[in-house]
Amino acid sequence: MKKTLILTTALTGFAFAASAQEVTVMSWGGAYTKSQVEAYHKPFMAETGITVNSVDADNPATPIKAQVEAGNVTVDVADVEYSDAIRLCDEGLLEEIDHSMLPDAPDGTSPQDDFIEGALTDCAVANIVWSTVFAYNTENVTSAPDSIDDFFNLVDYPGKRGMRKSAKANLEMALMADGVPAAEVYDLLETDEGVDRAFAKLDTIKDEIVWWEAGAQPPQLLADGEVVMSTAYNGRIFNAAIGEGQPFEIVWDGQIMDFDLFVVPRGAPNKEEALQFIAFSTDTQRLADQASWISYGPARKSSGALVGKFMDGETDMAPHMPTAEANLENALVNNFEFWADRDTELSERFNAWLAQ
Amino acid sequence: MADVSLTSPISAPTGAALTTADGKPLKAALASAQARAKRRAFFLVLPLLLFVLITFIVPIGQMLHRSVHNNSFTEHRDFGTNERTPIMTNLGAWFDENPAGTEPDEAAYAALVADLRGLRELRAQGQVGTRINYDVSGTRSLFTKSARRAERLEPPFKEALLDVDEDWADPELWRAMRDASSPYTLNFYLAAVDLTRDETGAVVQVNENRRVYVTLFIRTLLLSALITGLCFLLGFPVAHLLATLPLRYSNLLMILVLLPFWTSLLVRTTSWIVLLQSQGVVNDTMVALGIIGDDGRVQMIYNQIGTIIAMTHILLPFMVLPLYSVMRPIDPSYVRAARSLGASSWTAFRRVYLPQTVPGIGAGSLLVFILAVGYYITPALVGGSSGQLISNLIAFHMQDSLNWSLAAALASLLLGGVLILYWLYDRLVGIDNLKLG
Repeated sequence: MKKTLILTTALTGFAFAASAQEVTVMSWGGAYTKSQVEAYHKPFMAETGITVNSVDADNPATPIKAQVEAGNVTVDVADVEYSDAIRLCDEGLLEEIDHSMLPDAPDGTSPQDDFIEGALTDCAVANIVWSTVFAYNTENVTSAPDSIDDFFNLVDYPGKRGMRKSAKANLEMALMADGVPAAEVYDLLETDEGVDRAFAKLDTIKDEIVWWEAGAQPPQLLADGEVVMSTAYNGRIFNAAIGEGQPFEIVWDGQIMDFDLFVVPRGAPNKEEALQFIAFSTDTQRLADQASWISYGPARKSSGALVGKFMDGETDMAPHMPTAEANLENALVNNFEFWADRDTELSERFNAWLAQ
Repeated sequence: MADVSLTSPISAPTGAALTTADGKPLKAALASAQARAKRRAFFLVLPLLLFVLITFIVPIGQMLHRSVHNNSFTEHRDFGTNERTPIMTNLGAWFDENPAGTEPDEAAYAALVADLRGLRELRAQGQVGTRINYDVSGTRSLFTKSARRAERLEPPFKEALLDVDEDWADPELWRAMRDASSPYTLNFYLAAVDLTRDETGAVVQVNENRRVYVTLFIRTLLLSALITGLCFLLGFPVAHLLATLPLRYSNLLMILVLLPFWTSLLVRTTSWIVLLQSQGVVNDTMVALGIIGDDGRVQMIYNQIGTIIAMTHILLPFMVLPLYSVMRPIDPSYVRAARSLGASSWTAFRRVYLPQTVPGIGAGSLLVFILAVGYYITPALVGGSSGQLISNLIAFHMQDSLNWSLAAALASLLLGGVLILYWLYDRLVGIDNLKLG
């Protein structure tokens, strides 16, 4: 009994000591969070002794915004999309990040030069380049789709489609499938006719769509045969296909590329540790390490050379990256300014469309 | 009252009041003794009262307040330091000086540009743009874009701003800014029933491709009524069986009712996904039995059907339990007496048995209906797009769009609707006639 008491007291003391040194990181869950835990959290904990608490959300930008506005911030670092990083920063919901605290590349290149253009903003540091693609289960289609048109073609490819329950990416894909060249998509979406046209295209498959919200859902929907094809984050499909041996194929035509960035919410309880975590995680080696856990491209140029094989030790990662030459033929780079400005309006329209 | 002694006979002609031993009038002593007892009793219920006040009355009050109050056009709060700064003051002053309907002149545009510069410094353009966007859709980008360029704008400001975006001349926008410059507004209630104001301030319906709430309110009420009906049809026989079986069997059956009741809501909902999805257990079985072909699988989940099935299952115990508690004490001899007096079994059931179960039916239906009206998790998971209820949109505005005022207005309408139904129930059936268990 006495022993237990001593043990409990010791543990409590330890917990108190530890609580002063911790950082809570919010990410997207599933295979993506796992890649970050392996590549960032574990080495960070080993090196600094700071405990990293990992929490997940369907889209971390949403809880962050609610937490800051309600004055009850529990998250120190969040992983968000580009347009959200800009928008949240514009609204004063994020701490500004001094880029000089980021480490240089091993060859001495400054972080400003080492990160891909646009990867550093006032409030955010990018870690990966990812992409929204569509994928199919080879066991459920008679012929293989190979272009974004096929996703909207119910005649030749009958069956359910999975799509993310948001306006973002869906509108762009609809326009590209409607024959709009990638370069003109955002110009067209700026106009009411363009938005109408995108919704009209979505209308053609609306009855067949199964909506997903968390990034881990599309591989599940495809594996269950619940949908024939689904839009998805490319890394999730890669991990299900290569990591778990699922018969999934990615169609890169019409892919939409985006950054994921680390941000610190305004009023984060452990701001110092948060910045320390970001600096550690976005150094050259760490970013390269992450790419061996999931097929997302590192945001530093110097990491490129260090990216090798998948954790299975045999799959070469390079061709699976969104940025691989072959995958870029008809690719769209997400226009963060467009979405930072228009997300609210288009989400509203999207919800009304959904309920009609 | 043992310490009360009479100092004068009751029948004293002088009419002197009765007093206690220490000379206080008896009436006052009694009153103070009772007041003490009442105070003690009050202290006993005080914790509950405080609890109800803090967790129920205050939040509902806040919700009602928020549904008519939004100051994001007039005040900026720094989320780090909690410092509050008034914003859009120049334009606010212009609105005060000029009555509604005044064509915005150069002075108005100059005030606007000055305010936009202020917004840029505070990083408040997003908040202001979002606020105006609630009223006039498509204007958020106007503010963020213009604030970004405000520093470089030169007089004449009217031309300069129209050069940035000609939407600045939109009279509807100016009407919305005037409305928003006072923090109290009923516009959120208008928005909650798909109405808006045009440039003259008259109430009109919103553009067809943005109408969503009325449809959802109606759908929510209809689906809730349907689910209540289904729960009644399924629950009544079960409750009757439970009530009439010998206790040892009925206890066993009762566990079957309670077991799902105790199981996590999420588990039950996701179990329905496993059962009902197109590659799921039910479809597979039907295909195996040859009832449907492999390509004719029925879509039973991610739509309204999924919502109805899953919610009926989840809410069923709330119908069965009150029914059971009412049916159990009903003496079977009543029905036997009716039968022996010549009633058919249907008449005996309708005229004798059913009326005695009304308190249970009322309680069960009211419980199920009110729970269904506010249901959120199940439709979110299995509802797809056609099975969404109004609560899902409230959640959307709480969590995603963060338009808390609109969420509050929608929730207040829902609360009002339920209260009206409660009142109707009271008028039709009588609230005393309600037995929850």
